[in-house]
Amino acid sequence: MSNELIDFVIVSVALLAIGIYGLAVKRNALRMLFAIEIVINAANINLVAFARFLPHSGGQTLALFSIAIAAAEVAVGLSLIIVAYRMWKNVDITEFRSLKG
Amino acid sequence: MADVALLALAVLTIGGAIAALEMRSLIYGSISLMGMLAGVAGLFFLLDSPFVALFQIVVYVGAIAVLILFTVMLVRRELIFKKIEDPRRKWAGIGLMLVMMVALGAIILDSGIREITTDEPAVDFRNIGEDFLTYYWPALIAMALILAGSVTGALVLAKREDVQNEQRAD
Repeated sequence: MSNELIDFVIVSVALLAIGIYGLAVKRNALRMLFAIEIVINAANINLVAFARFLPHSGGQTLALFSIAIAAAEVAVGLSLIIVAYRMWKNVDITEFRSLKG
Repeated sequence: MADVALLALAVLTIGGAIAALEMRSLIYGSISLMGMLAGVAGLFFLLDSPFVALFQIVVYVGAIAVLILFTVMLVRRELIFKKIEDPRRKWAGIGLMLVMMVALGAIILDSGIREITTDEPAVDFRNIGEDFLTYYWPALIAMALILAGSVTGALVLAKREDVQNEQRAD
């Protein structure tokens, strides 16, 4: 195969940096969830790339676990956002200042 | 060297990630997030892992992106089109991103990863199933419980207590 490990790792680093930028700058709860997804996908690319070049099946197995756990995390995160939106009528995280229900 | 397919997928993935965070409308943002997730699936295909790629398409592009799109539709109209961020923080964030890219990139380029290539055939995806059912079976069961628990938790959280069910029989 003509691609090398370094190419995939560079893509992964770029995605990680973009995701951390999103987490640091955005105050919209939904955009922060997008950023979390981007970071998780960067990690998955790394896992599968190293699994291909070793080669070993463990990386793909862990990537599948990671995708499934990310699905659970998104479900809970979105329902938390819906609850917060219902309480404050906003998705700006600086507005979420009290735990009062 | 990287071939054309990898370059195209890298552009799609990184461009999709930037567009998902920077598009003014949240709807277009979630659609470009979908494009980015599809690009990651393409990268998995390039890495000879078709099973993980299809799982990525089914779970991420098919389920998570659609779930996010539905949640975005529930939000008020003017919030979808409003960007919430302060400009000073934005420049600090861009600086953080560049520092991180350069630092991690320098470390990686300096390490021995650059020389790693392989001529060995790809892992057979049947090995993944074997892994799941032999070495990783406790983790598989824990994952099933976590998924069930998180779905139940999400439903309980999103339930509205102020609305009575009008279709009840009694």
